[in-house]
Amino acid sequence: MRTALLIAMLASSSLAQAKMIHVAPGGNAQEKLQTALIEAQPGDTVHIAAGRYALADGLSLDVDGVTVKGDGPDKTILDFTAQKVAGEGLLITSDNVVVRDLGIENPAGNGVKSKGSDGIALVNLRVEWTGGPKSTNGAYGLYPVSSKNVLIDRSVVKGASDAGIYVGQSQNIIVRNSRAEMNVAGIEIENSYDADVIGNTATNNAGGILVFDLPDLPQQGGRNVRLTNNQVIDNNHVNFAAPGNIVAGVPSGTGIMVMANANVMVTGNHVMGNNGSAVMVVAYTQAFTDKAYNPLPRGVAIAGNHFMNNGKSPSFAGGKEIAAAVGGTLPPVMWDGVTRYNVPGGGEKFADGGIASDAPGITLNLGLQGTPAAQAKPAPLAATKLTADRAPIVLPAALEARAK
Amino acid sequence: MRRIWAALLLLGAAPAPVVRSDLLMATDAPKLADYGLFDAAGHPAPGVQPYTLNTPLFSDHAEKFRFAWLPPGTRADYRASGALAFPVGTVLVKRFAFPADLRQPTKDLRAIETRLLIHRPAGWVALSYVEQDGGAVLKRAGVKVPVQFIDKAGRAQAIDYTVPNQNQCKTCHQDGEAITPIGPTAGNLNGGLFGNGPNQLMNWAASGRLAGLPAAGWPRLAKWDDATEPLDARARAYLAVNCGHCHSRGGFASNSGLYLVPEETTPAHLGVLKRPVAAGRGSGGHEFSILPGQPDKSILLHRMTSSEPGIMMPQFGRALAHEEGNALIRQWIAALPTQPAAN
Repeated sequence: MRTALLIAMLASSSLAQAKMIHVAPGGNAQEKLQTALIEAQPGDTVHIAAGRYALADGLSLDVDGVTVKGDGPDKTILDFTAQKVAGEGLLITSDNVVVRDLGIENPAGNGVKSKGSDGIALVNLRVEWTGGPKSTNGAYGLYPVSSKNVLIDRSVVKGASDAGIYVGQSQNIIVRNSRAEMNVAGIEIENSYDADVIGNTATNNAGGILVFDLPDLPQQGGRNVRLTNNQVIDNNHVNFAAPGNIVAGVPSGTGIMVMANANVMVTGNHVMGNNGSAVMVVAYTQAFTDKAYNPLPRGVAIAGNHFMNNGKSPSFAGGKEIAAAVGGTLPPVMWDGVTRYNVPGGGEKFADGGIASDAPGITLNLGLQGTPAAQAKPAPLAATKLTADRAPIVLPAALEARAK
Repeated sequence: MRRIWAALLLLGAAPAPVVRSDLLMATDAPKLADYGLFDAAGHPAPGVQPYTLNTPLFSDHAEKFRFAWLPPGTRADYRASGALAFPVGTVLVKRFAFPADLRQPTKDLRAIETRLLIHRPAGWVALSYVEQDGGAVLKRAGVKVPVQFIDKAGRAQAIDYTVPNQNQCKTCHQDGEAITPIGPTAGNLNGGLFGNGPNQLMNWAASGRLAGLPAAGWPRLAKWDDATEPLDARARAYLAVNCGHCHSRGGFASNSGLYLVPEETTPAHLGVLKRPVAAGRGSGGHEFSILPGQPDKSILLHRMTSSEPGIMMPQFGRALAHEEGNALIRQWIAALPTQPAAN
């Protein structure tokens, strides 16, 4: 009886005890790492010791509650330069996962992707295409999609041919204290709900920070996104995205761009040295067939930002002429002035109160969605006294604790 | 091959193994042989029944042999879409082998791996057993196997055949949070065993392995390579089998908005004049997944013809482009009616 009890206690304690699985550099890195990621149990940590791991295939994790941890973004390096298989370097498909303190170099597709995760924290990561910005680089550095309770913290992405940090079709999101550099888009929040983008630096991208919504997707109607205390500086890199992609249409020189979202706050940011628009607010420009889609920006508030030295040489079509008409330099805020759209299948819809700003701006007065920019009738956009604030996004405390 | 395989089934000489359903339900056995699904010569155990699909997934030209084992006295329930509802205890088996020369697919077959989908009480489990000296052993983390063969055009091909890891199995076999079979749908089984044999749905129903088969009105997936069938049906069958497992509302690529399952009817979700979302450089510089009449300006075909990770589709499961399949999709896109841009 006593023996049985002892065995039962041992069994239960070993079940409850999280363990550390160590992986060290050396031969057979792919199989060692992938095996560790498969054999990990909820609560375990997979520790990847300092060193360079050459990988020809993607890695993936499908176990809930696992932490994957390196010894630092410049010490533990997952090197995908010779990747032959898979669309991402590391794929997460489970819940409550923390990936931290790792470097990821030259993935063929995306760097780290989570799909359908509830609870995903990407912390102190570096994703870098080491050959510099190229259209042949992978699309996204850090890429949570269709996920919930998303944290990206203290991470760096360089060289992505689409967005460095891209959160798509997700909900309850914080992107903070991270750096995006030399990507087409620095940080992009797309078709997502309830996001705080706080304290990041987006510099030397073609566009700094984007908030987009696109049609024909399972989650759309992007809303409640706050961009605050970010440094959005010198985003004048040539746009090197493959044509056809939505970000290929982002004009080089764009600081912040909001497209077809509701309730977006742009507040407390330092936006400097972007040659085009410091803040551009636009409707979706393309034709669409999705009856449920609203292509207009609604409830965009721009307040309490520091704008300096932007708008000197806009690269978008007609930009130079518009700038010349208003004295040579674009004011900080530019709105396309699209206020109505044709619903596919019939009917016209209006939205007013698209944008409010306490900084000077212009509207292009395009009116109907789809009107080409060549038909712009630029006019000043009146600045209004404005405060923009709301309660911060809060993530589950347990996830935050593991991300410290 | 198929006829010879059928002959082997009838002739099976060695003492018949016994399927170890107790092990199948409880354990990820280290060796395939532990489960008793096949004898040492590769003959299936009694009750391990072959099936074939009208349109199979392309796997670098591997010859694939499929079997289903249902616990005695159980049956699958008919479903018009998605896989048949197999009972707990079911094992679906797919064996992969390469002939030395694709022009002689029955000769010099080299066995590579055997994949199992086991329906346990808590759900389906995917396991892969890789051939080694002394039999097939469980490989959870995947492995690359160098394979050489002569292709149908007489060219020597050398590839790193990729045995998927356990997570990659799930990526394709995913429906929401669960793992699900892909191949044995009513539509894809609605044809003769080995092509010319008895209709499999009728056969399964008659042998008591399928319940609820309606008297008529079964869906049917076309044979992608049967030129006597309508082009549209062949192309949709090919896309459904090669893409629709991920590109569905419950699949891994649900976020793409591109849905290639047989039941999809919305043009934008089928890719017609659909702009890319997260394709990145996979767009190849094209604006639409499918531009009717313009296969060379369609992202869909661009990604199917690529063998470069980050661009290629499917993302894994092949190292080679499927020239015959791509030719079919090219022909289909070229024949799609051109329409004015939406809106």
